[in-house]
This record gives sequence, structure tokens and C-alpha cells, in this order.
Amino acid sequence: MSDVLILVEYSSDTIAKTTYELATCAARAGAVTALILAAPGKGHALASQITTGPISSVLVIESDDFAKHSVAASADAISQIVQDRKPAALLIASTAFGKEVAARVAVQTESGIITDAIDVAGDLTATQSVFGGSAIVHSHIVHGTAIITVRPNSVTADLSPSTPVVADASFSISDTAKLAEVISSEPFVRGGRPELTEAQIVVSGGRGTNGDFAVIEAFADSLGAAVGASRAATDAGWYPHSHQVGQTGQTVSPQLYVACGISGAIQHRAGMQTSKTIVVVNKDPDAPLFEIADFGVVGDLFAVLPQATEGIRARTS
Amino acid sequence: MKIAVCVKQVPDSWAEKKMLNGLLDRDGVDAVLNDLDEYAVEEALKLVEAHGGNGEGGSNTVTLISMGPERTKEAVRKALSMGADEAIVVTDPALVGSDVLTTSRVLAAVIAGGGFDLVFCGTESTDARMSVVPAMLAQRLGWAQLTFAGSVQVDPDSRSVTITRVTEAGVDTIKAKFPAIISVNDKINEPRYPSFKGIMASKKKTIDVRALAALGLDAASVGVSGAWSIVNDATPRPPRAAGIKIVDEGAAGEALAAFLAEKKFI
Ligand SMILES: Cc1cc2nc3c(=O)[nH]c(=O)nc-3n(C[C@H](O)[C@H](O)[C@H](O)COP(=O)(O)OP(=O)(O)OC[C@H]3O[C@@H](n4cnc5c(N)ncnc54)[C@H](O)[C@@H]3O)c2cc1C
Ligand SMILES: Nc1ncnc2c1ncn2[C@@H]1O[C@H](COP(=O)(O)O)[C@@H](O)[C@H]1O
Repeated sequence: MSDVLILVEYSSDTIAKTTYELATCAARAGAVTALILAAPGKGHALASQITTGPISSVLVIESDDFAKHSVAASADAISQIVQDRKPAALLIASTAFGKEVAARVAVQTESGIITDAIDVAGDLTATQSVFGGSAIVHSHIVHGTAIITVRPNSVTADLSPSTPVVADASFSISDTAKLAEVISSEPFVRGGRPELTEAQIVVSGGRGTNGDFAVIEAFADSLGAAVGASRAATDAGWYPHSHQVGQTGQTVSPQLYVACGISGAIQHRAGMQTSKTIVVVNKDPDAPLFEIADFGVVGDLFAVLPQATEGIRARTS
Repeated sequence: MKIAVCVKQVPDSWAEKKMLNGLLDRDGVDAVLNDLDEYAVEEALKLVEAHGGNGEGGSNTVTLISMGPERTKEAVRKALSMGADEAIVVTDPALVGSDVLTTSRVLAAVIAGGGFDLVFCGTESTDARMSVVPAMLAQRLGWAQLTFAGSVQVDPDSRSVTITRVTEAGVDTIKAKFPAIISVNDKINEPRYPSFKGIMASKKKTIDVRALAALGLDAASVGVSGAWSIVNDATPRPPRAAGIKIVDEGAAGEALAAFLAEKKFI
């Protein structure tokens, strides 16, 4: 059976669901080994959390350099494992960090790379949605290890029980990977809402909120959703940049995306067009985002959202 | 300081794009300077303006580097009119259909021979949308990687540069010595419009057009034949089934809640 590697995603000491999505794709192509890159003392605790998903073994790789030298150090360690094992594929989550790690590993191991896949088949054919969702592209890699980054939330994770074998990997990090140093790191305070890229439901607000995100947040909370924003809203300082959805923000692919007071510029669509169900609330009947809406409401968000929030609360309480 | 900025010509974001034999049909659409690269040009210009200027009498130079078809020169001309000093454009029929590994190899070959202190990039090209070229350049050149910068501070005396990077998880401050590859995001500045004077001056600036051979790269290792990822097929996505659209007459919020309940979101 082919050897397929995945890079484990986690945040604040908890394995992220994306890890199991990667494993699900990878298992179609071979036996899955999950790589955990973590600070000393943290890797085995993370490994012990992996009790589901089609994962045969876990390799724990611990170093302070991952936090200190970020992408370059992670890529160095992974490249050594890829060079040793020559796996058929390496799957990584398609985040800014994941794509850059994949890029450096591709260069180091002389492997082809495909980013932003929304699916990966057993023969390692990757599916991508391109040009603002107007085309579906299938492609494959013809040299080295198939390095593919997969968009979170794109596939349904297989969560059947598993008991992977855990081992440690030896590696060294080169001096060139240490040229850039993280001198401080300030994590965002999450405030109880799910993470944008992982959330099943995302509710976003745009210029139409006129700066009042309270109605957006109340509606989001009634659904247990993450909150996103258009660039018009983040540029105006109404919501943090880290919540921006779109070409230069986050790419999200939730089960449900609700866009409120957002017109639907191509740059915004680029970050949300693979959402499964799209709801649009906009007072302009000609707003372009209605073209891709499954459910559109032509109306004032300040009237529609509070009523919808109440309707949801009435059904859930 | 010797600064370079990697800029790419891309199909206009607003134009409809089509695939032709598995590749983007670049001839069928208007081509423009990748708008995300304008932030990189602006940041480079602001940097040199704060430290002795560029152009005649300045102590710094800003060189544009681009790989693309012949008409890439048009996009490069725009960046020159913003205030960059000169440009190097790599164009060669053999490069058609190159993958990102080739693009980064070509750009790295140009950068390696240029004696640059810092190289600025955008965070992504709006056509490829990979956001990997800057990381690949850092890896190939063995330089520091400072990417997705929301702010850049340079100290030419100590030859050091510090950026902030906004990630999904928080804000990191990252520091390195020259030489470094920096990619900047679209919150970092407001790119200037070329002035009339800038446009006139750009016509006299040199665009050094190089073929592959000038970089010592072999034609067989680039283009479609040298690509390590291959498109099997590209098909237009079936249009989304027309959705429901209602006009609020006082009860649309309730109708929305009912729709969400029916779809089992609540
Ligand atoms: C290089 C570049 C990168 C970009 N990256 C991104 C990106 O990552 N993400 C992004 O989102 N954009 C991005 N943009 C910007 C994009 O082009 C649009 O300008 C932006 O998405 C517009 O945001 P908006 O829809 O909130 O605002 P607008 O386009 O102004 O739309 C506001 C909408 O709200 C509606 N409205 C107003 N009041 C109400 C009300 N009371 N109730 C209901 N509806 C109301 C209006 O009818 C209108 O349709 C980028 C642009 C560039 C050039
Ligand atoms: N063909 C190219 N020529 C010059 N610079 C490029 C080219 N392709 C990508 N870049 C640079 O790399 C950045 C990221 O591009 P990408 O990885 O293609 O999304 C861009 O914003 C440019 O600064």
C-alpha cells in the first residue's frame, strides 16, 4: 500500500477537524501517517487525541524552532521526512501557512504542488474550483511526491475509531530556515465563536451594516456561527482584518454562508463561492451576490436579521 | 539599498476567464498589472523615499522583475510610471504553460544575479491564486522569508527588517537581516496613481528583456514539458440551480428562519 503523509492541524492544543478531512482524502490513496509538528512536550499529548479517522500511524516531531521560525522550520523538518520515505503524497490544509509550507517542501524535495484542492481522489487527482467558481479543474502531479493542499471544510471527514501507532521522528533544522525569527506573537482572543475557516456556518456583514455588527453577531450566535466581514467593513475598521472573507482574507467553505449587506464583488466571492448553501440579505434586488444565492431576501438587514434571530431562538429554545 | 519588486501581468479580475486546452486563455482577456503587486511597488517606493530616494540623485534603486509573455511590458510600464527605476522582463516562447516551480526558478535566477538587499512581492497573483511564489523564492535563494506583511520596518544601517504578519491565529512580529523576500498585503498602504510626470518619465526607462538562455536555464526544463503538475480537464461549473428570492414585506426574517429550519441548520 502506498505511503501517504498528512500534516496535522491543531489550534490551542486541540486537533482541528481539518486533520480528519485530510486523512479521509489521504486514505483513498494509501496508508496514512500523520505528522505532528509541535513545541517540546506538546506533540505526544496531541497524538493521544487522535483516536478517530483513517490514520495508521502518527509521527511526532518536536522543536521550539517551529514557533520561532514558523514556515521555514516546519518545511525543513517535513522535507527530511519526505526525502527519507518518498511518500506518494503529502496533504496539508490550504491555509496561508499550509500553502507556504507546501511550497518550500515542493522546492526542497523536487515535487509538484497543487493548492486549494476541494477534493482528492484515490489516484491523487485533485479537484479545484477556479475563476470565481466558474470552472472545475482536475489535475495531477507527475514528479516527486504529490504535494496537495486541501481547503478546510471541503470533504466530509471519516471519523470511525482508530488506534494509530505513535513514533518520534528525528530531524535537524538548517541555519537558512532560521533566518527569519518570530520575536513576538499575539494570539487573538476568540470570544467563544467558532474559527472562521472551520465553522459549519458563517454569517458575514458588509458595508450595508453601516458599522453596526451587533445585529450580525446576534444572528450568528443564534446559529452558533462564525462572523465574517467584507473588505469594505474591515477597511472601515468595523471588524478585524482577520475576519475578512475573500481574495485577500480567509477562504471559507461552510455548509451555510449568510451574507448581509454585501454586494458580491468578485474578490468577495473568491473567498466564499464554494459554500454549500448561500443566503443573501440585501436591500438592492440587483446586488450581484443574489446570482449565487440559494435563498435571497431583498430587504433591510436591520429588519430582517432581528426577526430571523427571534425566529431561530423560538425554534431552538 | 537595492530593492526589487516582483510584479506579474494578469487577466483583468473583472473579466470573464476561459480555459483553452487546459491552460488559462490569456489572449482572450484584457491584461493588467496584478493589483496586489501595486502594494508591493508602493511599499518599495515608500521605503526608498524615506531613505534617500531613488532615481536621479537618489541613493537607492527599485528594479521590477517579471516573467510573462511579451506584452508583460505593458503592465511593467505602469509600475515604472509609479516610480520604479528599471525593469527586467523574462519572456520566452518555451515558458508558455510553466508551473509555479518553474516561475519561481526563473525569478530566483534573476534575483540571484542582481545583488538585491530586499525583494518585495504581492501576496498572490489574482490568476494563479496560489500565494506560494514568495515562499519558494526564499527557499531557492536561501534568504529570509517575511511574508503576508501588514507593516514593514527597515533599518538600513543594521541591515535588518521587521514585519508584522496577521495570521488566522493572531499577529506575529518577525525579524530578519538582509537579504529577505517580503510579501505585503493589501492593508499595508494605498498605492499611488501614476502622475503625468511619472508616465512621461517611464517611457525613457529601460526594460531589459531576457530570454531563458540569458539565465542559463534549459528550455526543456520549463513550460508545459517541464511542469510537474498537469491539468487533466477543465469544465465550466454547472450553474447553481436558481434559488428562492423573496422581497421583505414584513415577514422575510421569519421566512428565513423557516428556510434554515427546513434545511436543518437549526
Ligand atoms: C486587490 C483587492 C482585493 C480585495 N479583496 C477583497 C476581499 O478579500 N474581500 C472582500 O470582501 N472584498 C475584497 N475587495 C473589495 C471588493 O472589490 C469590494 O469592494 C468589497 O467586497 C465590497 O464590500 P461590500 O459588499 O461590503 O460593500 P458594497 O459593495 O458597498 O456593498 C454594500 C451592499 O450593502 C447593501 N446594503 C446597504 N444597506 C443595506 C441594508 N440596510 N440592508 C441590506 N443591505 C444593505 C447595498 O445594497 C450593497 O449591495 C478587494 C478589492 C481589491 C481591489
Ligand atoms: N510570473 C511572475 N513574475 C513576477 N512575479 C511573480 C510572477 N508570479 C508570481 N509573482 C510574484 O509572486 C506573488 C505571489 O504569486 P502567486 O504565488 O502566483 O500567487 C505575486 O504577487 C508576485 O509578486
